Amino acid sequence: MSVETREFLLNMGPQHPSTHGVLRLILKLDDELVLEAEPVIGYLHRGVEKIAENRTYKQFIPHTDRMDYLSSMLNNWGYIRAVEKLAGIEVPERAEYIRVIVGELNRIASHLMSIGPTGLDAGAFTLFLYAFRERERILTILEKACGARMTYAYFRFGGVAQDLTSDFINACREFLKDFPQRVNEYEELFIENPIFKKRAKGVGILPKELALSCGASGPVLRGSGVSRDLRKTESYSVYSQFDFEIPVGESGDSWDRTWVRLEEMRQSTKIIEQALENLPEGPCFNPDVPRLLMPPPGEAYAAVESPRGEQGYFVVSDGSYKPYRVKVRSPAFSNLSLLPHLLPGHQLADVPIILGSLDPVFGEVDR
Amino acid sequence: MEEVKLLGKIKKKFRKGVEAQAKEDIIEVKVELPRLLELLAWLKSKNFNYFSFLTAVDRKTHFELFYHLVNIESGEKVLVRTEVEREDSTVPSVVSLWKGADWQERETYDLFGVTFEGNPSLKRILLPEDWEGFPLRKDYEDPDVVRRPEYF
Amino acid sequence: MAEVERDLDLKGRISFWPLDELINWARSRSIWPLSFGLACCAIEMMATYASRYDIMRFGVVPRPSPRQCDCIIVAGTVTKKMAPLLKRLYEQMPDPKFVIAMGSCACTGGIYHYDSYSVVKGVDKIIPVDVYVPGCPPRPEALIEGILSLREKIWKR
Repeated sequence: MSVETREFLLNMGPQHPSTHGVLRLILKLDDELVLEAEPVIGYLHRGVEKIAENRTYKQFIPHTDRMDYLSSMLNNWGYIRAVEKLAGIEVPERAEYIRVIVGELNRIASHLMSIGPTGLDAGAFTLFLYAFRERERILTILEKACGARMTYAYFRFGGVAQDLTSDFINACREFLKDFPQRVNEYEELFIENPIFKKRAKGVGILPKELALSCGASGPVLRGSGVSRDLRKTESYSVYSQFDFEIPVGESGDSWDRTWVRLEEMRQSTKIIEQALENLPEGPCFNPDVPRLLMPPPGEAYAAVESPRGEQGYFVVSDGSYKPYRVKVRSPAFSNLSLLPHLLPGHQLADVPIILGSLDPVFGEVDR
Repeated sequence: MEEVKLLGKIKKKFRKGVEAQAKEDIIEVKVELPRLLELLAWLKSKNFNYFSFLTAVDRKTHFELFYHLVNIESGEKVLVRTEVEREDSTVPSVVSLWKGADWQERETYDLFGVTFEGNPSLKRILLPEDWEGFPLRKDYEDPDVVRRPEYF
Repeated sequence: MAEVERDLDLKGRISFWPLDELINWARSRSIWPLSFGLACCAIEMMATYASRYDIMRFGVVPRPSPRQCDCIIVAGTVTKKMAPLLKRLYEQMPDPKFVIAMGSCACTGGIYHYDSYSVVKGVDKIIPVDVYVPGCPPRPEALIEGILSLREKIWKR
């Protein structure tokens, strides 16, 4: 007796526990083997780029928070770097160190939020609870700096909004004392777990040329063997004064991408320790910045290394107090354009693992 | 310096229709529409295989397109700009050179209305399929939009 | 049975309740919401489900399928592309059903009320809302307060 199979279309809808947000995947299946995949995005398109044309430069900062909402301070930083480049504003050194400290704390929080739900999709619910436990500790520390848990709007042109208190610095040091040991625990429990290895090794292999031609960045690109990290290639802010490494994967499968994120958490811990040691005294913002900023006409592009990749802002100004055009170069949008090329040939059960390892955040994809 | 060498090569190869200048960390090249595809293909052959983004700016009388390309090995960056008509604008698509251009072109079509010929699936990506109009144009009118009052 | 004392403390005593009030009390103590997280508020909703602000101790168990829930927590911005799907999910839920609008974007359109062409200015333009939880994003304690007020509303209806 022979069994025949037929192709059919399956809709993994926008409301789904495994898609990391509102993504609709139209999958063409042949009995659990994916033949074609078409992602449909745009369910969270809020028109942020149009809103920018009717706000002052400072009023747009909270909007940048809500794009990649897992690591809001790094989004702020990208926009502020672009406008500072356009207007020629200088930043004092203490402010740069503060920016690095809170930026790296945000990176750790975001990677925890990425590894946790990947574990949830693979079936490890406890890892999700552990990741949230650490994340709650980090959010309590960040609340001591600026008062908000998630969408901060802490950065200003020429510095940061408020200085760090000694409360913050002590809490940060306490946190860093036992965090490396927790990271070792997660590595042993999850990344080196033979069940996860069987599920994620060899799944979603991304060749280097495809990654480059799609504009992938961040752990997705580094998992495929390309060592490109804006903190080292451009060395913006004071990153050239810190000693850290960039983890690079070998084969470009989902396991490598998740492993790169775990290693990055370790490197971020190193950076924060060094920054706390060498924190200089001084003002935490530039007092010469006018309250209503009117940069000269022109264009400027600046990018930062966010946990998802290269997040850039292309700001066009015409000399008035409102930006003429703000374009957000979102890393998750470019990473997600890899999906139609990655999914065919895999089983249906591999789809959440691949999607989790690409780690999209839909506030950023759809803007 | 790498940028100066690249600048020299561009000036030598493309004399007509192309102006190039080096800003602090990026090379800006202004090209006319007929020579756009040629310039981009030449840049790809010179190892600019990382397609960062593609965007458009509405300058009220015409659109201006910006392509941002990076050479990963040497770290050079190039920003290519070109001007396009507002009505019936067609631009050659670069999907055959870089696969990532597909979604970026769809987004520019969705928000501005610039058509890319040669793109395999030019349809709306961020807005619903049956939306009318192109929102990021400066003359876009929508009765649903509540304008924020001006305070200055 | 005209004067019946309704007694909340059931230890060792017999109390008499009208049947529908007893059923309302039981329904209010086990609200199962549909996990409908759209944007940033979804992360605070997940933090409420996690161990620090554990909401499962209130009898709240998140379910992924609309046919098995009696509440929907709309967390995040609702856009015009997503609105018909939200309406369809609401219609698929069995009666009695309740809606919590979490976050300013779900209450009134929030930070995107002005100048945005594709955001629905408040979820109550599509489905009827029972409890509004303001905040951007609301703290997990605020969401717990919202769920407790929904409980009161169901029981004392």
